Amino acid sequence: MKVRAIVSGTQPPLLFPPYRSTIRRAPKEPLIRIPETLSDLNAPVYGWWPVGETDNDLTRQHQGEPQGERIIVSGRVLDEDARPVAGALVEIWQANAAGRYKHVKDDHPAPLDPNFTGAGRTITDADGRYEFTTIKPGAYPWRNHENAWRPAHIHFSLFGTSFRARLVTQMYFPGDPLMAHDPMVQSVRDDRARERMVSRFELGLTRPEWALGYVFDIILRGENATPFEERT
Amino acid sequence: MSETEPLIATPSQTVGPFFHFGLTGNPNGRMVDRLPAGAPISLVITVTDGDQKPVADAVLELCQDGVFGRMPTGENGTSEFLTTRPASHVSVCLFARGLLRQLHTRIYFPADAGLPHDQVLALVPEHRRHTLMASADPRDASIWRFHIRMQGSDETVFFDM
Repeated sequence: MKVRAIVSGTQPPLLFPPYRSTIRRAPKEPLIRIPETLSDLNAPVYGWWPVGETDNDLTRQHQGEPQGERIIVSGRVLDEDARPVAGALVEIWQANAAGRYKHVKDDHPAPLDPNFTGAGRTITDADGRYEFTTIKPGAYPWRNHENAWRPAHIHFSLFGTSFRARLVTQMYFPGDPLMAHDPMVQSVRDDRARERMVSRFELGLTRPEWALGYVFDIILRGENATPFEERT
Repeated sequence: MSETEPLIATPSQTVGPFFHFGLTGNPNGRMVDRLPAGAPISLVITVTDGDQKPVADAVLELCQDGVFGRMPTGENGTSEFLTTRPASHVSVCLFARGLLRQLHTRIYFPADAGLPHDQVLALVPEHRRHTLMASADPRDASIWRFHIRMQGSDETVFFDM
């Protein structure tokens, strides 16, 4: 069994000085490669999360409706050979419409929304599909550099069928001018890989008189590894 | 069968500092659902950065014989897992602000009979192997400590998978 090598520039480096926090947190020693044959490929068991009825609808988790632009985010979780990853746990978290997280350490002077927590979870179906209803998150300042603002984003966490496929990423919105100035987005040098993190507006997913639809497909690496020729 | 170009995997991005309400930790630090077979232990893991300062905004994921656990670190950069002494090792996945990708490491237990035959440990230069060893609390043999030094002298060995 072989796992595909990462194509250069398609994943961020550990040290990326424009993102200042990497400077004292990126290891200086090289990583030691564990050959595929010695890897732990156990599927982690994550059963203590009960996925509740409103867990994939972040607009229905409180007494009232949250402020902001209602959106639907949906897509498929696939492996590198475009096969669906069924039964994957997908977790999301995000700021509210004003760009404020429900977190004690977020001191951005924007209002909290009593009707919005900003966390959701769901499990992919047999076709690898998931769907969330939420509010479009706002941009917010983050002090990384002069006048630094994060583009609007939703954090995604995914468990595939092995520790290698574990992915934490962020979903961005098409046409956001802040992406060009954001070190996290720009840490991915390959244009096609960077595009993977940007959702696509889809009129077909948009529900009339209700919510705009964005499609975000996610490709997990190292899933269902099958024999193949090693690329050079 | 026609050869098709594989899809490019979605890039990783940092968890950032505000993940706590989205990535829930194990209740009471217990491994999920069931404890792996073995003697119960408390595994106390501390994370520090290149300035030897505690990393208070990390989240640790453990995988041990297929059983999973997840805890954020506290203000002292530490989280405590209630688990069992593993057959060979505990796999650890570390996420934090400032990490654009997760880091993988392993926790081994000194004097385990399997250590000399461990093929992954054999990949690690001898002078760095001690960074993968838990240490027993001198007062309580059921408490084990593990220090993840993200950068600098005695930097923990991290693996690429």
